[in-house]
Amino acid sequence: MNVTNAIETVKLTKSYGKARGIIDLNLTVPTGEFFGFIGPNGAGKSTTIRTLLGFIAPTGGSARVLGMDICKNREDILRAVGYLPSEAVFHPGMKVRDVLKLSAGLRGADCTTRARQLCERMQLDPTRKVEQLSFGNRKKVGIVCALQHDPQLLILDEPTSGLDPLMQREFFRILGELHAAGTTVFLSSHVLSEIQRNCSRAAIIREGRIIACDRVERLTQASARRVNIHGAVQLEGLTGVRDLHADNQGTSFLYSGDINALIRALAGQQIRDLTLSEPDLEEIFLHYYEKGATRHDSVQA
Amino acid sequence: MILFKHELRQNRTSLAVWTGTIGLLMVICLMLFPEMKQQMAGVSKLFASMGSFTAAFGMDRLNFGELTGFYAIECGNVMGLCGSFFAALIAVNALSREERDHTAEFLLSHPVSRRRVVAEKLCAVVAQILILNAVVLALSLVTVAAVGEVIPWKELMLLHLSYLLLQLVLSGICFGISAFLRRGAAGVGLGVAAMLYFLNLAANISSRARFLKYISPFGFCEGADIVSNGAIDGGMLALGLLYGALGMVIAFVHYCRKDIH
Repeated sequence: MNVTNAIETVKLTKSYGKARGIIDLNLTVPTGEFFGFIGPNGAGKSTTIRTLLGFIAPTGGSARVLGMDICKNREDILRAVGYLPSEAVFHPGMKVRDVLKLSAGLRGADCTTRARQLCERMQLDPTRKVEQLSFGNRKKVGIVCALQHDPQLLILDEPTSGLDPLMQREFFRILGELHAAGTTVFLSSHVLSEIQRNCSRAAIIREGRIIACDRVERLTQASARRVNIHGAVQLEGLTGVRDLHADNQGTSFLYSGDINALIRALAGQQIRDLTLSEPDLEEIFLHYYEKGATRHDSVQA
Repeated sequence: MILFKHELRQNRTSLAVWTGTIGLLMVICLMLFPEMKQQMAGVSKLFASMGSFTAAFGMDRLNFGELTGFYAIECGNVMGLCGSFFAALIAVNALSREERDHTAEFLLSHPVSRRRVVAEKLCAVVAQILILNAVVLALSLVTVAAVGEVIPWKELMLLHLSYLLLQLVLSGICFGISAFLRRGAAGVGLGVAAMLYFLNLAANISSRARFLKYISPFGFCEGADIVSNGAIDGGMLALGLLYGALGMVIAFVHYCRKDIH
């Protein structure tokens, strides 16, 4: 199927009675992209995913996955999608290989060879019973289920929770290979370093709304700079200062004002050392989450 | 039919335990019959003089000294009540269990329609009920022959058919309820079966509560009526089947639309 966008939502809304779910979500993920979806627990990441996959029905707006309407073409969408839930739970009493076989069978496919390869790479014993597995190993079963049919689009919800660092590296290596082969990856996570290392673009969701969506480099190159100063400085009158930390050693803050104003403010003060650097995604993330941050001004998608 | 097979595999232990238990109870009851038959004069007087209790179980219209009378009351209670509990339990858990155990997400992330999920789960419920009833019937027939009695085919077949239909009706009702529940389904299923059973007992005791027979599907599998009439009450059966069918339709309609958590 040749479609431009793997995921496209227009004012997608899901409310649970009076409770907020997601509100007017506009999100576009082009095919072939490795896309990050960032937000803390309860921000609406899982609600977005569950709406896209048809577990829950939207209360407003529309969405298309791989060019297909989420309300009308649920099964066609799921045929082409591999989904890894944040918490992988399987029917009790089943062995890993039975779960994998059931998953393949529900897709009407024989994925034996691919499943074996993935089990080897993820160091997963297919003869074990699922209820005897640790959380991390259950996650591996979920990963193999999501990947074994070589989907066009992978939707991963907190995929690395429970995996040890070596396994995380192998997992992202596999994702990299799939992405290189043309698979679109939608990675929902609150582990920002994962997004920063692997994704080309990312969206930040806050209280059910997308507050920023751009290339990861541009998100990290947002107008704010991390300023670290060794020495005592006075910053009165300087606008655009946030996240200020000052102690005996020096002062650190995020600066989003005029750089000339900063230089003028620092000129003549007792400074031993000064560094200006791009803030990491964590800081960007916190920046967007600051109370009172203007939501829509930040959206660049 | 992959989901159908999966359901049967998931429930095989429960099916084996229930089938074994009900089958064993039936065998024990039937093995007591020869001794009961010998003491019949005293027993009949005793059972006929228990007032409302006698009416509740239809013992005023059946002869305990005959196999059909004994079977309709003793075995009827075992099959009627235990079989109903089994049917209610597996049906009420069929859909709700997936959400309670958080396995619905795994199941529904595959390209299977919800209608297919409901249909295959319903087929699995019906299949389990059929298996249990077939095994229990076979055990009962063997036991009747083993204790030296002539098998009253028509009565036994009618009684077992009515228990089977009762279980199917109850499973339909509980299957409908299952589409709405996430937790506490087992209690609800058993509660519904017990409540409908006691509504029928109440209908037998008091003529003022007679209308309850049209609410409870237990009304059409009244052993005393079936043995004495040589048939299942068509009107009450139709009403029962309507309740069961309604439950199934509600399950399809609601489960296909509901949000899965």
